[in-house]
Amino acid sequence: MTSHMLTRSLDRGAAMFLMVVAACGILIPLSNLLLPAGSVLQVPTYLVALWGKYVCYAILALSIDLIWGYCGILSLGHGAFFALGGYAMGMYLMRQIGTRGVYGNPILPDFMVFLNYSKLPWTWYGFDMFWFAALMVLLVPGLLAFCFGWLAFRSRVTGVYLSIITQAMTYALLLAFFRNDFGFGGNNGLTDFKDILGFNVQAEGTRAALFALSCLALIVAFLICRSVVSSKLGKVLIAIRDAESRSRFLGYRVESYKLFVFTLSACMAGVAGALYVPQVGIINPGEFAPGNSIEAVIWVAVGGRGTLVGAALGAIVVNYAKTFFTSGVLAPYWLFMLGALFILVTLLLPKGIVGAFNAWRESARERRPAAAAASAAAEDGITEPDMAEERS
Amino acid sequence: MPTKLSARFGTFVLSLFLIAFALPAFAGPFEDAVAKFANDDYSDTEEAIGVVASSGNKLAFPIISALQDGRLMADPDSKKVYVTGTDGKSIDAATGEAVASVPDSASAVRLNNRLRRSVDAALGGLTLQSPDLATRLQAAQSVFKSHEETLLEPVESALAKESNKAVKTALGEARAAILLFKSDATEVQKLEAVATIKARGDQDALALLSDLGSDQPASVAKAATSAIGSIQGSLAIWSSVQNAWYGLSLGSVLLLAAIGLAITFGVMGVINMAHGEMVMIGAYTTFVVQEVIRTRYPALFEYSLLIAVPLAFLVAGGIGVLIERSIIRFLYGRPLETLLATWGLSLVLQQAVRTMFGPTNREVGNPSWMSGAFELGQITITYNRLWILVFTLAVFLILLAMLRYTALGLEMRAVTQNRRMAASMGIATSRVDALTFGLGSGIAGIAGVALSQIDNVSPNLGQSYIIDSFMVVVFGGVGNLWGTLVGAFTLGIANKFLEPVAGAVLGKIAILVLIILFIQKRPRGLFALKGRAVEA
Repeated sequence: MTSHMLTRSLDRGAAMFLMVVAACGILIPLSNLLLPAGSVLQVPTYLVALWGKYVCYAILALSIDLIWGYCGILSLGHGAFFALGGYAMGMYLMRQIGTRGVYGNPILPDFMVFLNYSKLPWTWYGFDMFWFAALMVLLVPGLLAFCFGWLAFRSRVTGVYLSIITQAMTYALLLAFFRNDFGFGGNNGLTDFKDILGFNVQAEGTRAALFALSCLALIVAFLICRSVVSSKLGKVLIAIRDAESRSRFLGYRVESYKLFVFTLSACMAGVAGALYVPQVGIINPGEFAPGNSIEAVIWVAVGGRGTLVGAALGAIVVNYAKTFFTSGVLAPYWLFMLGALFILVTLLLPKGIVGAFNAWRESARERRPAAAAASAAAEDGITEPDMAEERS
Repeated sequence: MPTKLSARFGTFVLSLFLIAFALPAFAGPFEDAVAKFANDDYSDTEEAIGVVASSGNKLAFPIISALQDGRLMADPDSKKVYVTGTDGKSIDAATGEAVASVPDSASAVRLNNRLRRSVDAALGGLTLQSPDLATRLQAAQSVFKSHEETLLEPVESALAKESNKAVKTALGEARAAILLFKSDATEVQKLEAVATIKARGDQDALALLSDLGSDQPASVAKAATSAIGSIQGSLAIWSSVQNAWYGLSLGSVLLLAAIGLAITFGVMGVINMAHGEMVMIGAYTTFVVQEVIRTRYPALFEYSLLIAVPLAFLVAGGIGVLIERSIIRFLYGRPLETLLATWGLSLVLQQAVRTMFGPTNREVGNPSWMSGAFELGQITITYNRLWILVFTLAVFLILLAMLRYTALGLEMRAVTQNRRMAASMGIATSRVDALTFGLGSGIAGIAGVALSQIDNVSPNLGQSYIIDSFMVVVFGGVGNLWGTLVGAFTLGIANKFLEPVAGAVLGKIAILVLIILFIQKRPRGLFALKGRAVEA
């Protein structure tokens, strides 16, 4: 029943996006594992890990788009939820090292032995069990977002004020996690992982499986966002984005809607972080840097806010460009390009790539005769979601 | 330090001359004591130090200072002791006669930590009458700390001859310290000593009184206890004063960085993430000004900051106007997009400066009137911090006057309060916007000149201030400069009072959390604008 509703609400663009992600999630791992190394069609392992990273970023971008694009909450601290999810996973992976660490302590991770811890801090209890860590991946970012949002939305902190205090939140966490006595590895973070669920994290098979899982997570996240924004709840969110006071006067509990979507988004960001850590092999406090969170916002802006497909595409495009440009002779110019991207996208492409593409389609259709337009509507490509809703 | 060393060396050379003409001394307590150095026994060495130091012999100072530097050589076979001079020439320690060479069997007299203290104390007594003021003062202080009974006589004779007031006080305190610990001093003497030490009132006095044993007369013990209490009380007050001063200093830096931001945010509702980069540009302007002065007009170095201030204002302000005209004016009514665009701009500006000046710290010098420090009671105040506080307040007052008495100020206030009404009354709001943005950026540039004196001038300079500046503006409230002032000093002082309790990083985290909670209570800051203008 639910799946039926979901498929019905999907327009062609979204369906195409899902199929591409699913195809990548199946074909890339298969080609990596089954084809002989050096073959033209074989995807090398480092590329699998790299693209796995992009997919995690795409989930983070989706979570930001859900609150910014559909509810007008610009969080400049979403990297914090991503990093918290990552730390929860990192702690599980640290506990899995066991006696294979440099100091060979069965309970304490290396950095604790190094810092003369006599016993495990209570914050680390339970992280030797995967189910507990997986629960924490959702709970810790979710709880933080809930408390933060409960305080902020109830007192009607909006607009740039909210952006600034979310930035302060991630900055405070950055400072806290940099401390050695905070108990999470200080500025070195958590690294040197060995196993995940008994499989070697470095092994090709594990990497391929993680990639496939990330793609699956992206699909699930997309479907969740999709079902949220196309439901009645989603319409209220859009109303809040466009006219918050008016929605409140119409009788909607604005703060409850905001709180729900903010918490959901934080949980998604946490999952993205948890999938990111085993593929990258390290999590350190640098992930909390305010700059990272702002960069994630620009992915969404580039792709097109208010279009879920755009957010995911934006994350992948910008990060691909980053890898491409920072690895060559152009490296010193990358920051110029990134900065220019921020400026140009906000000035010239306020709706992002997908938004601009849709606008172009619209204007092209208007120029055609009415009869042709009717037939074109049937084969409409990627559509802005609120437009799609109006039609359905 | 160098003066002290050269004075000590001078005394040493002088005594060498005197020794050369001195009559051969008869074997007496001094010679016996010197011979004890050769026993290679710590307690014998200690005894020898005491006898030699109190002997009044002219050789005492060279011997003890040689002992301190490891230049006192002792031959265990012949029981002879030699002083090797820093110039390589040696003398016989007992007689003062020059010797051709120290025998190979001689080795340096060894010291342990306890003996080193005795040596310091002995040297303190011996240098009490040095011609150099600083040496005398230091000697008196070291006697105060060691309160060696044998030094009472030298201290008293020095006290009788001393003419400098500061040294006289120090000697009086040293004498009091010795008397307090002297077992056969009278009760009256001891009570006087406690009063003198109490008047000194610093950490050392506190440590000295706390060391006092239980074998004292009841009245002395009581006086000492009450003195400890009163010193602790006054020290606590001084440490609060010190914290308050640090807080004011930090607050002035925050205020300087945040004023410009407050103006642009208040008038235009624009969050300028590139504000920190304007500060950085101001700092680099100072660097360039100093480079030009260094290479062309070295005589002007003392005035480099005065030249840099207007230049930094013009450079940063000009860039500000340029940014407003080319980017920000297209984004009015979209504050979140402005935030992103200015963030991008900050990346570009940082990278541009990195390309032009390199990624490392550049050195900006302090003119002589900015360096150094002075003592005020128990706290030390550095001139650069003091000048920055004065400068910040001056900038603040000028800005306040500008807003109050100039036409542009009037227009800016009108636009802040109600943009559409102001436009209807014939104010060219877009011109006001451009000038406001230029003004805010220019003030950030001036802040950069001041910050170049206390911080590293690097492309990341602005980044470290931007979040703090935002906190100040958000905390203080928008559209009111007094709010920014109160916000900056409150945050500065709160930060410095939390630091000793919670540590620097935890203190900062606590402040951030407190601000986040505060925003819940007063979403528009301490001094919120009242009226309809606030309802966006």
